Amino acid sequence: MKHLISPLDLSVEELDHILSLGQEIMKNPEKYSHICEGKKLATLFYEPSTRTRLSFEAAMLNLGGKVLGFSSADSSSAAKGESVADTIRVISSYADICAMRHPKEGAPTVAAMYSEIPVINAGDGGHNHPTQTLTDLITIKSLMGRLDNITVGMCGDLKFGRTVHSLINAMVRYPRVRFVLVSPNELKIPDYLRKEVLDAERIDYIETNQLEKYMPDLDILYMTRVQRERFFNEEDYIRLKDSFILDASKMQYAKKNMYVLHPLPRVNEISTEVDNDPRAVYFKQAKMGVYVRMALIMNLLELD
Amino acid sequence: MLNIGVLKEGVVIDHIQVGGAMKIYEYLNLEKLDCSVAIIKNARSNKMGKKDIIKIEGPFDIDLNVLGVLDHKITINIIKDNEIVEKRILSLPEKVTNIIKCKNPRCITTIEQDLPHTFRLTDRENRIYRCIYCESKFKGN
Repeated sequence: MKHLISPLDLSVEELDHILSLGQEIMKNPEKYSHICEGKKLATLFYEPSTRTRLSFEAAMLNLGGKVLGFSSADSSSAAKGESVADTIRVISSYADICAMRHPKEGAPTVAAMYSEIPVINAGDGGHNHPTQTLTDLITIKSLMGRLDNITVGMCGDLKFGRTVHSLINAMVRYPRVRFVLVSPNELKIPDYLRKEVLDAERIDYIETNQLEKYMPDLDILYMTRVQRERFFNEEDYIRLKDSFILDASKMQYAKKNMYVLHPLPRVNEISTEVDNDPRAVYFKQAKMGVYVRMALIMNLLELD
Repeated sequence: MLNIGVLKEGVVIDHIQVGGAMKIYEYLNLEKLDCSVAIIKNARSNKMGKKDIIKIEGPFDIDLNVLGVLDHKITINIIKDNEIVEKRILSLPEKVTNIIKCKNPRCITTIEQDLPHTFRLTDRENRIYRCIYCESKFKGN
């Protein structure tokens, strides 16, 4: 039995297989619409995330399966003090696979240790969010036709932004990927990512606080939100939240075939005037997230 | 140097960085031992200037390799019949449980008290351990 806790749980071959299956489902969704009949997905969401939860539920429903679960810790047995280990042991007898979001880092790892069904990490604190990474990768692969030889700009909260960490970890495994890391000083990527991943793998990267300067070099611009819930101090959040805002004037520096991605939800870091630019693909990206989750569910249930 | 008395049989944990002896006392749960334990703080050392030492009397059955996680300069002397019979070199264990605690306030271990605090060695050269849950780093002295 396999789980998906970190993007690195998948080998490059497994990753490529899931992305290809996702692309195949995208072309012919009808073919896969009954493949999970009789199967149930449990969505265990200890913190609210409408988007990710609905994406998982849509994926399972599209495959002909059923869904059950809870959408906040208040409405679960966690409010009564039940441990993650006990919850997952019970859920294992109700469902065939589960997706877990938890505000504490490592909670899905604990779940996987005690679970009898595959566990998918749907986001644990500021740590990992592997299905967002799969979504980002399938979007890049579908639009660019490749995952190697790409310059990826990442902008915003690179310190707490788990989607950024996961995407870097996944993309360094492909050849000739370069990163331009744009953030205020306080929100730079964590030290371990710089030393143990980028430096250790000898990846070409730049850390800067000037988006416009590097805009013409980018194939992909991955924008992120400065997340209020990751700060212990409200003052720091308010000071940093508007650090980088992508608007039409900045977009004019970009290549014609550059794409803007965002894990969503967006607050104000991408001005709505950018939405009509054909290079803004974040809503398309959300749609691709459903296809790649369909592929992942099939893979973990060994129905592929 | 202050003379604590000759150890006939037991263990001497030597070359502990100054101020580290109490931590090691706590990590090894030495308060639970029934035998004599001496903590010597700020002892003179040719190599280190000053150092801490712990002397434990009698047969002693605790995995001392965990000390390598905390302080790699520590040396262990095993004493029998008033003689040093073994100078043990500490090796880093692949995994340690309930020796060090995860200090990440966002880690699942902060709200689930029954979870064992387990760390895995991820970088032997730099002696870096990471929490198996949240992957936060622990680095000893």
